Amino acid sequence: MSEQLSATLAELMIVAASEAWRDNGELLASGITTIPRLGASLAKLTHSPELLMTDSESYLVSEPVPLGPRGDYRPKYEGYMSFERVFECVWGGKRHAMIGPTQIDRWGQTNLSAVGPDYAKPKSAVLGVRGLPGNSICHINSLFVPNHGPRVFVAGEVDMVSGVGYKPERWLPGMKQDYVDLRLIVTDLCVLDFGGPEHAIRVKSLHPGVSFEQVQAATGFPLLKAENLSETPLPTAEQLAIIRKLDPHNLRGMVLKGDPPAVKAAA
Amino acid sequence: MALNKQKSAAEAVAQLRDGMTVGIGGWGPRRKPMALVREILRSPLKDITVVSYGGPDVGMLCAAGKVKKLVFAFVTMDAIPLEPYYRKARESGAIAVEEYDEGMFEWGLRAAGMRMSFLPTRVGLATDVLAKNPQLKTIASPYADGEVYVAMPALKLDAALIHVNEADRLGNTLLRGHDVFFDALYARAADHVIVSSEVVHEKFELDADTAKLNPFERYLVHSVVHAPGGAHPTYLGPHYGWDMEHLKRYNASATEEGGWAKYVEEFVNVGEAAYQTQIGGAEKLAKLKLPVF
Repeated sequence: MSEQLSATLAELMIVAASEAWRDNGELLASGITTIPRLGASLAKLTHSPELLMTDSESYLVSEPVPLGPRGDYRPKYEGYMSFERVFECVWGGKRHAMIGPTQIDRWGQTNLSAVGPDYAKPKSAVLGVRGLPGNSICHINSLFVPNHGPRVFVAGEVDMVSGVGYKPERWLPGMKQDYVDLRLIVTDLCVLDFGGPEHAIRVKSLHPGVSFEQVQAATGFPLLKAENLSETPLPTAEQLAIIRKLDPHNLRGMVLKGDPPAVKAAA
Repeated sequence: MALNKQKSAAEAVAQLRDGMTVGIGGWGPRRKPMALVREILRSPLKDITVVSYGGPDVGMLCAAGKVKKLVFAFVTMDAIPLEPYYRKARESGAIAVEEYDEGMFEWGLRAAGMRMSFLPTRVGLATDVLAKNPQLKTIASPYADGEVYVAMPALKLDAALIHVNEADRLGNTLLRGHDVFFDALYARAADHVIVSSEVVHEKFELDADTAKLNPFERYLVHSVVHAPGGAHPTYLGPHYGWDMEHLKRYNASATEEGGWAKYVEEFVNVGEAAYQTQIGGAEKLAKLKLPVF
């Protein structure tokens, strides 16, 4: 238990993220950036060995590749997954990606392109829509937010809808919404899902020491409470050991400012 | 030799015209034809529409004021996620944009290569990609399902710039990296293809396994430019990694007073041979470790 209490918030988020890929079956698990990638890796090494993963470049591997310089480690290749094949995988729906968008709205729509009211002259140009339009309309998606606040969870609609969501006005007759499947949002305060009426966003679990009111105050739109609202579980000793092996250079310690502990009183 | 397509970078780039639509192969900071981009920076070429899975190629062309319009899905240098000069151009409204999903972009190139006016896709529906591209239209399936798709228009290119590991003077090419990206589609979508290559052979004599590394046919290629180190500072698998030190310096120049002018003076105006010496030559390229993801 003392080891669990020394877990960091990043490690708790990795465990929470790994839950997104439970019972997904055989599909490509794509965790983009450190915490989602460690979450997918942990899922594959614990509850969901059937998941497919890549070396984050172009090969499928039978064992998740550790992050950062690998020393003597040799990736265990089992197949090929170039960018072209990733697109084909996306269109066929056999993927569950977790990415961190710049903005998220109450409908689950996401923005990774440009922030500000004027698209022709944005206040902040980010990356571009990247693969979000395709990912979001073709396969399962979860989201990652390392800085839960009203600038991410915006009051209105996101400034440039890059990833689709559940806003009815966006879906005109004949457009197929069937494959849209938003699962979890893992933040530094809580885990959210889309289990409310009309896919409304709910707080599913609160990280230790965080209140629902605190989450609501950090969110630009009203949130629901899941009926079985719980506390996000701390990593087990076994999970922590796997995470350390997957991330020998502690890159997870650089994601959140100050690398805070999972249980604040333990600090 | 009638089929000798070899030219100098300057001769190859001199074939481009103001206002052309130019596709640039590679992906982000990976296997970009940077020697050709530097040649464009030195040339009077202007008002180009750039079509690219963007990295520092897009940033540099924006910084130099060469870009009228950008057709893109992203611009990034991966380890440095936000491309500074793309952002400046975008945030000041200096460039027009046509922004697509990565896969729509592929579809557009594919349509052009197949000489189709469009290809249907679900991707882009219910997003602002439609709203911000009023030229995009939807189309209903003529079959019983009646599903509505985006009609992704062909991304026809006047020219494409592609960097490869090896080529011969006839225009045959080899890509040896783990991922060939979408360069073959750029080649098919373009009326005129300029290939730069680390090594240029007189004429390939390949074994069958090596011949499988040939990404597209030589009839698509019009110019072959010998450009050792020509992808620097981007990643050319399996020969050299990206030069993070150089990319950091380039990135920092964007926040320095007169930073771009200084970068141009030091690395562009000097010419390609001096550039390669400046960055440490073949010895330095050999030391650039391949990125670990």
